[in-house]
Amino acid sequence: MATFHFDLVSPEKLLFSGDVTQVDVPGQEGDFGVFAGHAPFVAMMKPGVLTVYGDGTRQRIVVQGGFAEVGPTGLTVLADDATPVEEIDSATLTQAIKDAEEDVSDAADPASLDTAKTRLEHLKTLKSALGH
Amino acid sequence: MASLKDMRNRIASTKATQKITKAMQMVAASKLRRAQVAVEASRPYAEHMGKVLSNIAASVAGSPEAPKLLAGTGADQVHLLVVCTAERGLCGPFNSAIARLARERAHALMQQGKTVKFFCIGRKGYDQLKRQYESQIVETIELRAVRQLRFEHADVAARRILAMFEAGEFDVATLFFSRFRSVIAQIPTAQQIVPAVFETTGEAATAPYEYEPEEATILADLLPRNVAVQVFRALLENAASEQGARMTAMDNATRNAGEMIKKQTLTYNRTRQAMITKELIEIISGAEAL
Repeated sequence: MATFHFDLVSPEKLLFSGDVTQVDVPGQEGDFGVFAGHAPFVAMMKPGVLTVYGDGTRQRIVVQGGFAEVGPTGLTVLADDATPVEEIDSATLTQAIKDAEEDVSDAADPASLDTAKTRLEHLKTLKSALGH
Repeated sequence: MASLKDMRNRIASTKATQKITKAMQMVAASKLRRAQVAVEASRPYAEHMGKVLSNIAASVAGSPEAPKLLAGTGADQVHLLVVCTAERGLCGPFNSAIARLARERAHALMQQGKTVKFFCIGRKGYDQLKRQYESQIVETIELRAVRQLRFEHADVAARRILAMFEAGEFDVATLFFSRFRSVIAQIPTAQQIVPAVFETTGEAATAPYEYEPEEATILADLLPRNVAVQVFRALLENAASEQGARMTAMDNATRNAGEMIKKQTLTYNRTRQAMITKELIEIISGAEAL
């Protein structure tokens, strides 16, 4: 199967770089899969699970938002924070949900309230998806 | 003239100082390695961010609804100088070089009749600037307790800058930090962060991208993030530069201490020899007089 180059970077480090066959990205307006030869595309991400398929392997990585860019050379995901599923613990998630809840109650204007609420929803979905 | 005991004490204290500077140099060297790794690790993110942003910015530029962070407020009356320095001294001209660059810029701006405000990240810069511009320093952040610099620290600073921008407290923000070139070369640099400027790559925006959600929404999210990324990069570059500067400074100090010890030992030995000779002469002449 055709492969393409995939980079996963957070502000602090490069987390993944290599050739893969498919990546499933949790887009803000719906999840989408990226294969080789995808059209140039920029999308925001919601907190969720990013799945990387390469050579018969499957790797799941939890991202806390950010954005994805499909360019002519491949896919680049700029994540706010990324942790492999195996390393994530429920305490971190619970904390993130608590922060999001505080954001909801602190939100000053309707727009930021909306953003905060959506984020909280995404985090809750993520938590139940991981079975914590 | 100092007694022999005084001279012995001085030599001992110079030796103790030399040990300290030597240790500091070695600590700085190992910290430098870590800081360099951190700088390199942060580069891909900043690069991709810049690329995506300039692509989007090119398509939005010129339109009246371009966000203020990109297009500016339409004025350049109030300037915010974000001065990033270290928390500690003993690193040669590192802190003063950054502060001097900021001071020069502030001076030039004020001569043009502009208002200048300071935002200090790091205590040393604040100490140096408050002598002259105390009333103009609007905010300071100390990173004293920070062991490993993380993105959150930059984010805190960026949030405050953005809050000030939204409140209309400044029109243009410039970041002052020291770019890490090598262990012996750190270059004090000024970089404008608000409104955002991009290094034009020369070639026009290549592929026509699809955006989801639409460009304006992405831009509204990316631009504030870009400020945080730029601050983060500045802090990382600074951290590496600081250790590099300290290494060089402490290397010099160790060498100077070595020279001093040599000179002091020579004087000490001479004085000791002179005293022995004097005593001998006294004994001999005393014996002759008998």
